[in-house]
Amino acid sequence: MRSTDGLDARTGLDKLATFPYQIATWVGDDGYPVSVAVDARISPTELVARFAGPAALAVPTDRDVSLTGSHIRPQPGYGYDERRHVTVWGRATTLDGGVALTADRAWGWDESEVPFFEYSERSVGQSRKYFDALSVERGTPVRPKLSLGFLTLRATRLPFLTATIVPVVLGILIAATHGSFDLVAALLTVIGASFVQLGLNVANDVFDTASGADDANVTPTQFSGGSRVIQYGLVSFRRMATIATVCYIAAGVIGLILLATHGSTALLVIGVLGFIISIGYTAPPLKFVYRGLGEVAVALGFGPMMLLGAYVVQTGGTLAWEPFVASIPVALLAALILYVNEIPDRRGDAIAGKRTLPVRFSRSTVVAGYDVAVTAAYVVLVLAVVAGILPVPVLLMLLTIPLALRVSRGLIPYYDNPYGLMSIMGVNVQLHLRAGLLLAAAYAIVLVVGAVAPGVSLFI
Amino acid sequence: MADIPKPVAELLDAALVGELTVVDGAGRPVTYPLIPLWDGERVFMTSSTLFSRKLEHINGNAKVSVSITVPVAVGGRHDRALIQGDARVIDSDPHGEWERLLPIWEVKEPSIVSFLKVRVALPLFFERALIEITPRRVLYWSDGDAATAPAETLVAAGEAA
Repeated sequence: MRSTDGLDARTGLDKLATFPYQIATWVGDDGYPVSVAVDARISPTELVARFAGPAALAVPTDRDVSLTGSHIRPQPGYGYDERRHVTVWGRATTLDGGVALTADRAWGWDESEVPFFEYSERSVGQSRKYFDALSVERGTPVRPKLSLGFLTLRATRLPFLTATIVPVVLGILIAATHGSFDLVAALLTVIGASFVQLGLNVANDVFDTASGADDANVTPTQFSGGSRVIQYGLVSFRRMATIATVCYIAAGVIGLILLATHGSTALLVIGVLGFIISIGYTAPPLKFVYRGLGEVAVALGFGPMMLLGAYVVQTGGTLAWEPFVASIPVALLAALILYVNEIPDRRGDAIAGKRTLPVRFSRSTVVAGYDVAVTAAYVVLVLAVVAGILPVPVLLMLLTIPLALRVSRGLIPYYDNPYGLMSIMGVNVQLHLRAGLLLAAAYAIVLVVGAVAPGVSLFI
Repeated sequence: MADIPKPVAELLDAALVGELTVVDGAGRPVTYPLIPLWDGERVFMTSSTLFSRKLEHINGNAKVSVSITVPVAVGGRHDRALIQGDARVIDSDPHGEWERLLPIWEVKEPSIVSFLKVRVALPLFFERALIEITPRRVLYWSDGDAATAPAETLVAAGEAA
């Protein structure tokens, strides 16, 4: 019973037979519906349900009669679960006090087959239709609402800013261990980089709506499928395009201020490349994510670009291997957020022509790809410490290996279950955040040790 | 106070689910399981705009019925009832008007309050209309058996108005 709309009569009767009793319903001569619980004997192969005629209530034979099965499981203190219902319609015949209903159509929902969130998502069109009708009736637009705070949170996907803050803060900290720190420039860098990501998030919704990718996705989650604010009618397409533009303009202005005050060729190159990657992520003509290059774009953008950009702002343009190498594990983990989040989106993405890696490759290849990339993040870290490029405390990041294992082990069982995968996607986001925090903590240790015991080296 | 039999009022108070039947544009019955909320005068139900086809049907034909048939949803009771009545859709503010029913909704589904606190996660689910049903006729099966004729109670229009 995948469909929430029409079911064929046979399937409906098969379902109806699983209920302990049925509710026979028809419209009485006075126009009011009449319902009575009956015990039907159901023969799906004959498309017939037979039951004893209820006392004092004549089942009509000249109009449609329905049989409904309804089930919930009460959950004290919570409400209920295990919702399912099915209705079959048909014409009834009566003989010797018995009633035989010949089914011709059916409809129903079983939340074990179509999860509630998917059922809701499939019904978004009905909501829009309702609001459109209300608007026409009242002669003024009537739209669904959210508080400004919730709307901002949802439209910009604000919680995902950790993907920006982690590399930027790390770049600033590494520069500080190299003797360069400017608080105002640091704050401007964090704010400017955040605007780039917010612009990217919103622009992504705009272009995915224009391409049809978000509309085709009926299994969005809090981590995937976009913000949905356009689909839900909470914010117009045009307003989202405006918000994206404003975010990019704000980022550009801050970038120009940083160029004017802490400018360097390196910052200019990184800024321009970062801008191109951010806009080109979904926007034509580049459309990296549509070409299977989304992960590479995210790795570059949320790894070296952010981290080195923050670093060169502080150092006045001086580049070094250390921040670049430190950006590699961060880049890989950031790309893996996108990679895993694309798994539940892959059907809608495929329909919209987004050739993401989970669209292109099989489940086993995608899972193997995750394992290889996440392993690479740790291997690079250890090798960089052994090679003396990164300080020993960064090995703190190894504490996140259990999280990586949880994600890896959760991908196969939940690969085709978007809502089951949600917890795994959440762990994957945490993996990136905690790895970043531990790297930042490692550089805080380097700073403290450098201040307290200047002669002690934390490099091998 | 609407003049409906006391056992039926108790069923409405207890029921975690009832079956709302509306009449579609072709005159056919369409049944939806919903939580019935009884305020002593009228039966209320709420519907998200996501699942608003029933509201369109009610706007086209106000005659509806609510049946209480699921023993497990009424604490194991086996009596059953059918309430026929006239429905009105209240949707002047789908965002918040329905929240006045939260106190009696919460009694049956305590989790609804915590869900509402994170309405950002499912905003359209919480854009809702109220369905107000004024009872006109009640059928009551004390043993829940359709082989027995139900007790019938007519509710005068003025009494429930």
